[in-house]
Amino acid sequence: MSKIIVLAEQQLGKLSNATYNAIGAAKKLAGIVGGEFDIALVGGVIEGTIKDVAGYGAAKVYTATDATLERYTAQAYAQAYASVIKAAGAEFVVMAGTAIGKDVAPRVAARLEAGQASDIVDILDGPIYLRPMWAGNVYGKVKINTDIQVMTIRPTDFEAAQATGGESPVEAVEAGVDAGALRMEFVKLDIVESDRPPLTEASVIISGGRGLKSKEKFAEIIEPLADHFGAAIGATRAVVDAGWVPNDWQVGQTGKVVAPDLYFAIGISGAIQHLAGMKSSKVIVAINKDEEAPIFQVADYGIVGDLFEVVPELLSKLK
Amino acid sequence: MKILVTAKRVTDPDTRIVLKKDLSGVDWDAMEYKMNPFCEIAVEGALQIKEALDDDDIEVEIVAVAIGDEEATKEVRTAMAMGADRGILVECAEEDLDSDAVARMLVKIAEEEEPDLILLGKQAVDGDNNQVGQLVAEYLGWPQATFAYKIDMDGEAGATVLREVDGGVETIKLSFPAVITTDLRLNEPRYPSLPGIMKAKRKPLKTMEPDDLDVELDLKVETVGFMMPPSRKAGVMVESVDALIDKLKNEAKVL
Repeated sequence: MSKIIVLAEQQLGKLSNATYNAIGAAKKLAGIVGGEFDIALVGGVIEGTIKDVAGYGAAKVYTATDATLERYTAQAYAQAYASVIKAAGAEFVVMAGTAIGKDVAPRVAARLEAGQASDIVDILDGPIYLRPMWAGNVYGKVKINTDIQVMTIRPTDFEAAQATGGESPVEAVEAGVDAGALRMEFVKLDIVESDRPPLTEASVIISGGRGLKSKEKFAEIIEPLADHFGAAIGATRAVVDAGWVPNDWQVGQTGKVVAPDLYFAIGISGAIQHLAGMKSSKVIVAINKDEEAPIFQVADYGIVGDLFEVVPELLSKLK
Repeated sequence: MKILVTAKRVTDPDTRIVLKKDLSGVDWDAMEYKMNPFCEIAVEGALQIKEALDDDDIEVEIVAVAIGDEEATKEVRTAMAMGADRGILVECAEEDLDSDAVARMLVKIAEEEEPDLILLGKQAVDGDNNQVGQLVAEYLGWPQATFAYKIDMDGEAGATVLREVDGGVETIKLSFPAVITTDLRLNEPRYPSLPGIMKAKRKPLKTMEPDDLDVELDLKVETVGFMMPPSRKAGVMVESVDALIDKLKNEAKVL
């Protein structure tokens, strides 16, 4: 029987949504290698968070708490996660590839002498892990040769697990953090306040490119459409470089990889680096005045026209 | 103070990737190459630290490391042309490596060089693994700041680093020795100057092999094949906004 463990991600007791996508991936993996899955929850105070993961069909929820885990740091969390994995005797370790997952998973793998497949988008028989390389222009089929296999999953490519009812038994284990070895310290976390959903979780994204002409026009054209859909706003690297929008709005190889149900590419030509970040979207709509623009080769629906006329018309007819 | 920076040779991200006809691997000969953009940011980051600490009369030596085939000499020379003081090339075939093997070689080099800081790109834009910096940090038992967008040095004792995280920016404090990996906003890498390029030719470059570092190349992670991602078929052009709304409602069913 295979033992799979999901490393849940929480900050100050708040579970990240991507943890449910990791549970979804663990269930898919269980379907391939057999067996059940457990969940590891580590942190400072996590009593209140147990209920958020206990109803998803895990054989067991392991918890580990320690004063050094009150705020996330890679060094302390890697030690705690590794302790839980050893206590659970897990052979497969699944974590969402969020900023925290990307930061900590390789350290966990190193502690366990394990190999890691990063940012996987699917699991095939074997198991073989499918993962985008070269900014998603190629998928690599990856095999892990170590006794313990660690993987981070791309949240947008695995369905979030639904509650199954019931309640998993909880077992507390030692976090085993060597406080004396820690040489990093959390100072603060500045979250950009926004009424809009995060790019990586939004079901609709309105993205704009150079075709918007200016910072003012970008806001004037893009924002009302985003408001209508309750959508996140994305942008190309050129727009970010020009200073029209903040850096973390960037969609593409060097920015965010997104896969919403509906993606509007407005005034975007479709450079390789941008396409790499959005071509997994379910439905893509492109609006561009240049009918030769590469964006039309990936768009489900394209309109050749002046975006300054098309977008306002679209908005008024949607309302 | 000593800083170790990486200068990985990668396929040029602005060119399209070409696979061999049987999909067994990448057609390397058909590709163009350059330094990993995130490594360029790391080299620039090291140079800016050197310049900043120079004001405090702290001398900084920058050592650029590449692991790859003989051609990767070019990337080490580029790093030295930008301003790194000397270079190390560990010569081996890219196919024989995974992130863990690269990390273990860097650990051996770090044990010998004893740098205060190892500065790397957050990921290489070919394999996109995003693992090496974190692995090196854990193997050495060092703290890390991945995805750095601002580095404020505390002399040569440590640094306060602002990191790109989901939804915002996190600030952490590290004491050296430590590992920092770079994100896009950290800086704009300089171009090597002509005098810099001339100078780089005379800077020392040490070449070695994995054997010299006593690292076994038994891979933990193996890429056993490739496939093209599901390609999108080009969709339809619609003539009017009304037609678009109709398609989105009745065909795509997303409205």
